[in-house]
Amino acid sequence: MRLIKAGRIVDDRFVRVLDDAPIPEGVSAIIPASRLLADADEISRRDGLTGVLWPNNRRVAELASHLPRLALIALVFPSFRDGRAYSQARQLREHYGFRGELRATGDILRDQFLFLVRAGFDAFEVKKDADAAVFAEAVSRYSVFYQPAGDGRPSALRGRLARPNAVSAQGFTATVR
Amino acid sequence: MYLYDDFDRTLVAERVAEFRDQVARRLSGELTEDEFKPLRLMNGVYLQLHAYMLRIAIPYGTLSSAQMRMLAHVARRYDKDYGHFTTRQNIQFNWIKLKELPDAMADLASVKMHAMQTSGNCLRNITTDQWAGVAPDEIEDPRIWAEIIRQHTTLHPEFSFLPRKFKIGITAAAHDRVAVKVHDIGLRLHRNGAGEVGFEVMVGGGLGRTPFLAKTIKPFLRKRDILSYVEAILRVYNQYGRRDNIYKARIKILVHELGAEAFAKEVEAEWDTIKDGALALDPAVIANVAASFRYPDYAKLEDNPPEFSQQRAADRRFDLWVKNSVSNHKVSGYAIVTLSLKPEGAPPGDATAGQMDALADLAARFSFGEIRVGHDQNLVFPHVAQLDLPALWQALKAIGVATPNVGLVSDIIACPGLDYCSLANARSIPVAQELTRRFRDLDLARNLGRLHINISGCINACGHHHVGHIGLLGVEKNGEEYYQITLGGSSDEKAELGTLLGPAVPYAQVADVVEDVVAAYLELRERPDEIFFDTVKRVGVEPFKERVYAAH
Amino acid sequence: MTLPLQQKLKITGPVVVTANRLGDGAVVYRTATGGWTTHLEQAAVATTAPTATELLSAAAADDVGAVGAYVAPVQVDPDGAVRPGNLREHIRLNGPTIALPVGFGL
Repeated sequence: MRLIKAGRIVDDRFVRVLDDAPIPEGVSAIIPASRLLADADEISRRDGLTGVLWPNNRRVAELASHLPRLALIALVFPSFRDGRAYSQARQLREHYGFRGELRATGDILRDQFLFLVRAGFDAFEVKKDADAAVFAEAVSRYSVFYQPAGDGRPSALRGRLARPNAVSAQGFTATVR
Repeated sequence: MYLYDDFDRTLVAERVAEFRDQVARRLSGELTEDEFKPLRLMNGVYLQLHAYMLRIAIPYGTLSSAQMRMLAHVARRYDKDYGHFTTRQNIQFNWIKLKELPDAMADLASVKMHAMQTSGNCLRNITTDQWAGVAPDEIEDPRIWAEIIRQHTTLHPEFSFLPRKFKIGITAAAHDRVAVKVHDIGLRLHRNGAGEVGFEVMVGGGLGRTPFLAKTIKPFLRKRDILSYVEAILRVYNQYGRRDNIYKARIKILVHELGAEAFAKEVEAEWDTIKDGALALDPAVIANVAASFRYPDYAKLEDNPPEFSQQRAADRRFDLWVKNSVSNHKVSGYAIVTLSLKPEGAPPGDATAGQMDALADLAARFSFGEIRVGHDQNLVFPHVAQLDLPALWQALKAIGVATPNVGLVSDIIACPGLDYCSLANARSIPVAQELTRRFRDLDLARNLGRLHINISGCINACGHHHVGHIGLLGVEKNGEEYYQITLGGSSDEKAELGTLLGPAVPYAQVADVVEDVVAAYLELRERPDEIFFDTVKRVGVEPFKERVYAAH
Repeated sequence: MTLPLQQKLKITGPVVVTANRLGDGAVVYRTATGGWTTHLEQAAVATTAPTATELLSAAAADDVGAVGAYVAPVQVDPDGAVRPGNLREHIRLNGPTIALPVGFGL
């Protein structure tokens, strides 16, 4: 497994805490969702960065009050066909304004890297080394995007308006017949 | 029609490059079939019985002559010289080789065509009225909205891995030629009490194993809000649609299980958080898309010019064709012409490469270079001057697309069925062909009036049999082909699902039984102008059942 | 939807393993020597569930050769000739039962 952040393969500074295991002090740790919710106060006092592993079938609204204390949220793709975490990612970025690390875990294909980036993910646990090696190329496949998303890139609809010959609402009369 | 700008061209070119890379990685074995399948589906590539099938997008059913010529080229160069127009306004080629697909996609991209999202668990072709922009009963051109929504949902990062496919249809006329009520989202442009134009939003329609008519969750939505509202619906579906069972994964199941009201509440809650954000459409954005649509420079012409009316009086067959295949146009002196792709004995909706080339030339000459594809698997020339109709008719006859059977008993909608499709249980094309032979007599067909027969080779219902006046569903019983018959379905604004007539009928007898159903209708109808659908509505299915099953 | 390998194979008669060739989608049959052929008469015929399962596993693993492998019934005549065992397999081997569109322009 390779972790990609900022477009490069990096070492993972976070340890994964399994369900009942003790949460280590003084290190960055990713904690299971149920533990975080059950022991939120205690965990907020721990020494070290805290992240959560959030399942794709729970509303992110449940996480809302914990966001200020989270450095990382890891979302899950149980199968690359299961697209629920894209919605979770966008809600976390765009509605809740989460600014920490948003990590994609589970089953993801290189052909999904750009979708993931656009949805707001900035870290990726990649199974195939070959995929990790081509991350930079995979996310530059497209230079044009029709819709606004979690990455802040402008959409084509708006981009067109910025052009010199764009039609203004006042100048346009012909369509409605 | 919509003119691509460099945003659109660049996107298609980048998609071609990406697909070329994906195909290469598949052929080398770097991608397994399991990994490749969703990727190829997102580019409209199916694996069928004999070969791969490529479904090319014809956005909201609008084609230019240049694009039609390219389809002819694809048919010749990469396939077996013909293509099939589908019930979602696309075209399918049945014999494409995977290794040649990247080149075919590059050829298509040169005329701004592609196969993006014609399959897969993502947003499919947004369909609309094949008379859009020219129908007299239209509020405004729905294609502008189809294009806005098409762009928004193309390579959408959040909605490319939905629980299942997603189909949106838009109508803007009093008469629904789009079947919006059997779409995942159906949109109806209309004027509200205050004279404002907006959308009725319907959700959860669909055919297949569990057919449902869509429910209205928003009677009136302002134009400004259409993208954010669609986004909210998709987000609710993406998160809560079932993923445990592919037969229960469409949004219609979610709407049914939650109830329309509860579903609407979820959508409204989500919509509340995004409706004033980046997806709110200001008039400038809408105007910009609308301005990219080109309309013909219509001449100032009178209705019913002598070249036209005199020919009608002189030539009975021309007159019958006009009465059947020519419809009123919103601009005086012009007409909408439907080209029947249902000649006697032919597979419904197919066109040869030769026909495609000829149609491209005729459209250039007679229809300002524009052609439409209807979900009834017929074509349309949307901008024909009435004074050109006599010459056009001669030309259409010469290429076999002027059978005056549009909307009649032999204008059958059929899926490809077991002759092509790996999902099918039974064949549909030979059944359709036989029926066109049984009903070859056009005087009889005219006497029967509007009568829609729909044939599906399996429960996936690509032939829309549930909403046929007569619906045939192919099933398999003990290794043999049988057909269930339903009566009284309708796909228009009075949408209804058909009622089962009786026990399924074997292949060898199905044409006989349909003839008996039609004979029963002739006996039961109150007046000659009571159409089949209305007779079934009035008397129910029992009287048909008695007559038909008594004879067998 | 269960994949072919997850289904417990029930063999009620002779079967072959069939798929579509990766590069061009042509209908192919698994041979006894671990290859693919477009000729049904050269296909390996299995008559028991274990042999069919083994044939299918090997075929499914070879997804660079062909895709969508599954077990299909055949009829074996007294003289040993192998024929498609149902309408679907007949259509796959012989093509659509209808004439392809011809006429104008071809």
